[in-house]
Amino acid sequence: MSTTTTPATTPRPAAGDRTSATTGRIGDSPLRPDGTLKVTGEFAYSSDLWHEDMCWGVTLRSPHPHARIVAIDTTAALARPGVFAVLTAADVPGVNRTGLEHADQPALAEDVVRYQGEPVALVAADHPETARRAAAEIVVEYAVLPALTDPRRALDPDTPLLHPSHPTGNLVREVPVRRGGPVPDAPVVVSVEFEVGMQDQAFLGPESGLAVPDGEGGVDLYVATQWLHTDQQQVQRVLGIGPDAARLHLAGVGGAFGGREDLSMHVHACLLALRTGKPVKMSYSREESFFGHVHRHPAHLRYEFGADDDGTLRYGKAELTFDGGAYASSTGAVVGNGGTLGLGPYRFPVVELVARGVYTNNPPCGAMRGFGCVQAAFAHEYLMDALAERVGADPVELRARNGMREGDPNITGQTIDSAAPVAELIRRVRDMPLPGERGTDLLGLPGGVGNTTHGEGVRRGIGYSVTYKNIGFSEGFDDYSTARVRLSVTAGEPVASVHTAAAEVGQGLVSVQAQIARTELGVSRVVIEPADTAIGSAGSTSASRQTYVTGGAVRAACELVRARVLERAAGTLGVPAASLRLDGDKVVAAGGEVLAGLADVLGDSPVEETTEWRHRPTVEPDPETGQGDAHVQYAFSAHRAVVDVDVELGLVKVIALDTAQDVGKAINPDAVLGQIQGGSVQGMGLALMEEVLVTDGQVRNPSFTDYLIPTVLDTPPMRIEVLENPDPHAPYGVRGVGEPPTISSGPAVAAAIRAAAGKDLRRVPIRPEHIVS
Amino acid sequence: MGMTLDAPDFHVPTSWEQALAVKAAHPEAVPVAGGTDLMVEVNFDRRRPPALLDLTRVPELAAVDRVDGRVRLGAGVPYARMITELGSELPGLAMAARTVGSPQIRNRGTAGGNLGSASPAGDCHPPLLAAGAEVELASVRGVRRVPVAEFFTGPKRSVLEPDELIAAVHVAPATGPQQFAKIGPRNAMVIAVTAFALALHPEQRRVGTGIGSAAPTPRRATDAEEFLSGELAAAGLWSSRGPLPESLVTEFGNRVRAAASPIDDVRGSADYRRHVLAVLARRTLTWAWDAHRSTEQRTGRTA
Repeated sequence: MSTTTTPATTPRPAAGDRTSATTGRIGDSPLRPDGTLKVTGEFAYSSDLWHEDMCWGVTLRSPHPHARIVAIDTTAALARPGVFAVLTAADVPGVNRTGLEHADQPALAEDVVRYQGEPVALVAADHPETARRAAAEIVVEYAVLPALTDPRRALDPDTPLLHPSHPTGNLVREVPVRRGGPVPDAPVVVSVEFEVGMQDQAFLGPESGLAVPDGEGGVDLYVATQWLHTDQQQVQRVLGIGPDAARLHLAGVGGAFGGREDLSMHVHACLLALRTGKPVKMSYSREESFFGHVHRHPAHLRYEFGADDDGTLRYGKAELTFDGGAYASSTGAVVGNGGTLGLGPYRFPVVELVARGVYTNNPPCGAMRGFGCVQAAFAHEYLMDALAERVGADPVELRARNGMREGDPNITGQTIDSAAPVAELIRRVRDMPLPGERGTDLLGLPGGVGNTTHGEGVRRGIGYSVTYKNIGFSEGFDDYSTARVRLSVTAGEPVASVHTAAAEVGQGLVSVQAQIARTELGVSRVVIEPADTAIGSAGSTSASRQTYVTGGAVRAACELVRARVLERAAGTLGVPAASLRLDGDKVVAAGGEVLAGLADVLGDSPVEETTEWRHRPTVEPDPETGQGDAHVQYAFSAHRAVVDVDVELGLVKVIALDTAQDVGKAINPDAVLGQIQGGSVQGMGLALMEEVLVTDGQVRNPSFTDYLIPTVLDTPPMRIEVLENPDPHAPYGVRGVGEPPTISSGPAVAAAIRAAAGKDLRRVPIRPEHIVS
Repeated sequence: MGMTLDAPDFHVPTSWEQALAVKAAHPEAVPVAGGTDLMVEVNFDRRRPPALLDLTRVPELAAVDRVDGRVRLGAGVPYARMITELGSELPGLAMAARTVGSPQIRNRGTAGGNLGSASPAGDCHPPLLAAGAEVELASVRGVRRVPVAEFFTGPKRSVLEPDELIAAVHVAPATGPQQFAKIGPRNAMVIAVTAFALALHPEQRRVGTGIGSAAPTPRRATDAEEFLSGELAAAGLWSSRGPLPESLVTEFGNRVRAAASPIDDVRGSADYRRHVLAVLARRTLTWAWDAHRSTEQRTGRTA
């Protein structure tokens, strides 16, 4: 059994099921403890949670993107047999506000709804169908208001304010970056206006969880999430209960990608559980899921680069506008990234940039893999190609020549103080073998099984991209993780148990934690305890940070435990502790000679240490100039895409998507490849097809029938070259892995399509009709 | 729970006779075979049928027979069997079946279900139109056959009476090359943005067509069919099997495009649909005609 699932029959995991495999140290690729279960369909996801006597909660949502709530009548719903409770904002006992950065979002709408799908009322009933029918019987009288749906109008003086108490009106945040004085003239100037559509995380496990009241005013919530502690704080605030009165437990997570940073059903299930005194399960349908989490910000990007005749960059100007939708979520931090990282991994002597995020009545947007860098990359990579063409340079060499190097300042003046192999990465992907000529098998042609071409109209194109991303939380955030490590004896064998609150969302952190414990403590048996709020925060499973930060915390806790164990052994053996090591479940001398069994040293006295671990501090960038050491680490990646485009039908087949990425140190090489493959496909999906279509504030495609993600037939072979330039500031030299490929793959695909079609395409996703129009 | 939830009645006939009797007694019962359309509607809470009529245990529906020189395809035959069993007799239909969903969907979804849903985007419809198929409808009142071109009456509407069930489809085996092409924004598992089917009937000196997802119903491009059939006959091309003049191919494409009346929707624009229909018509005609010509080279036959 897995270490992080919550079994379907009871919320409490069984102790005997938690021992992971006994091999796999740092640099190995042990089998994932949850891998077999997930492949065979036996893994218990949050939607599988079950509790005796539980009832079902459902959410009534606003059909309007902007409306005043005039009245809510719950009489009929309450009268339906089987219904236990119907709740509205009036039933919220605590502070009816949630939000990751600004608490601006009601758990249940009060007088106004600001987006289609905003939760308005809740029902608990003995059956989900009863609850759904009762929800349909709630009568909400709306007075529809004009909806602000064009983010470029959000800051116009005559535009009504969506959050009148917000100090900067409809502006959620603005980040200017100015460097190097006034923008000079340049012999070569290229510019673009680029538009990026709204991508969805499209995780496969819809939002779900189970709230179990404790009978004393508190609640246990089992939920699929990315950060238990930030959920806990928000839940307690809305419920109006004290610290630790809500205890959160990680349930099986079916993907996250940023879409589980904000609350979904968390507070709702707890509200219903405390009101009814019964365990309450909530589980969204696929359609509801599209309304139940934030999306990637759509963006309007205006960019201009000036350069010398040889293509050496003189300046970069940019204006980035992110549509934050109805509530702030993490728009502020996304804007921070879009600003501080918005020109890509290049050296610019002069920079004049501003990034903004605004409120609208569109669906709320927030965190998604790549976080502000994904959008910007499409524009800066477009311009690097445009510049190469203008000056007659090779697009790879132009990037290599302008690429950052270790020791360079970036556009916020922060010195890149570890490897910055921009030139090497982009040249590596260029130098990989190209795929062969196109064959005749339909499955290898644009249109695939649709039998739309036998070669007619098909043109090949190649595109390149190199990008970078901050790793970890930035801008002065106190970004730490907490780990408890215990070394004890079970059945005569030494066992290390590791407890953190870090969310395993599919990325493989449970394997990494065990690999670190095995390496640091020289033990074979490692138990990863279920993640919950019984221990301090691990921070978010976001920003490609968990191997770095929680990995760092686990290592630090292991070091403390090891020091105590070796002290104990040293006392018994009469040798200095400094001459001892732990290896192979033994205490060994420096030369490897076995001196004692670890189990004997531990005996009946386990050793346990808990520690918090922090990465280097960062600072908030200067509010006028954007200058400052805003980020803790940078990760670089490059892609080369080869595509075949049917230029008469606008259909695309990606033939190859090759990449090189510096990961610092591959703790688990197989997991690194998995992250790079998945991230590359997700970025490709944005370039090709993934878009939440919103018209007048209404989502038009909330289903996997019409929100398309790449299938295996859309997914090309990938050559992946993994560089390991250790970051001396990071544990083991690691560099975050998960996000960079999502940033660099999309622009390479878009460039390849432009090259194949001979079309100046300035929007993603690139739909077939854009190619043929 | 049944008292508060009004769970739908679920009828499970085990013979065709029983199925028709149930449908006569419960015309509100919605037939379900693979459930690949219906259950999506139910799961999205867009439809709450008062009763369901499960046809999966009616053995007669799973049969493929030959009747009067035609293939009689039982309404319960899934797409997967159209591919494996009918590829040589009904190549257009088999090609269309290959483009349906995933292997799981192709194992479940059926010809009868596709017709019954009567979606303009149904993948079976264009090749059945091009082949001149007939739909066999049955009720306790009797059996009737309707040309597939007359079966569809509007988006998701057909001539099916409330007491009727779809028994089978009758399709003449191919006498010439057939083609099917379907546009989707990804390379598999898509609902057709636009689809086109073409069948050459050399023995009738006739060309058949079928357009999908570009009008309120699936429809033939009748004018294009007649134009092309006439031009081929006039130029003696049916028997000479000479190359097609480029202008003829272009004009055929234009007439197919003119036969469509598409809309803008979430899957594509009307302009795009018209544009690609012309391209698909030209390409499928070229492929089919090339196959027609190479048949002669291989066999020396003349039609």
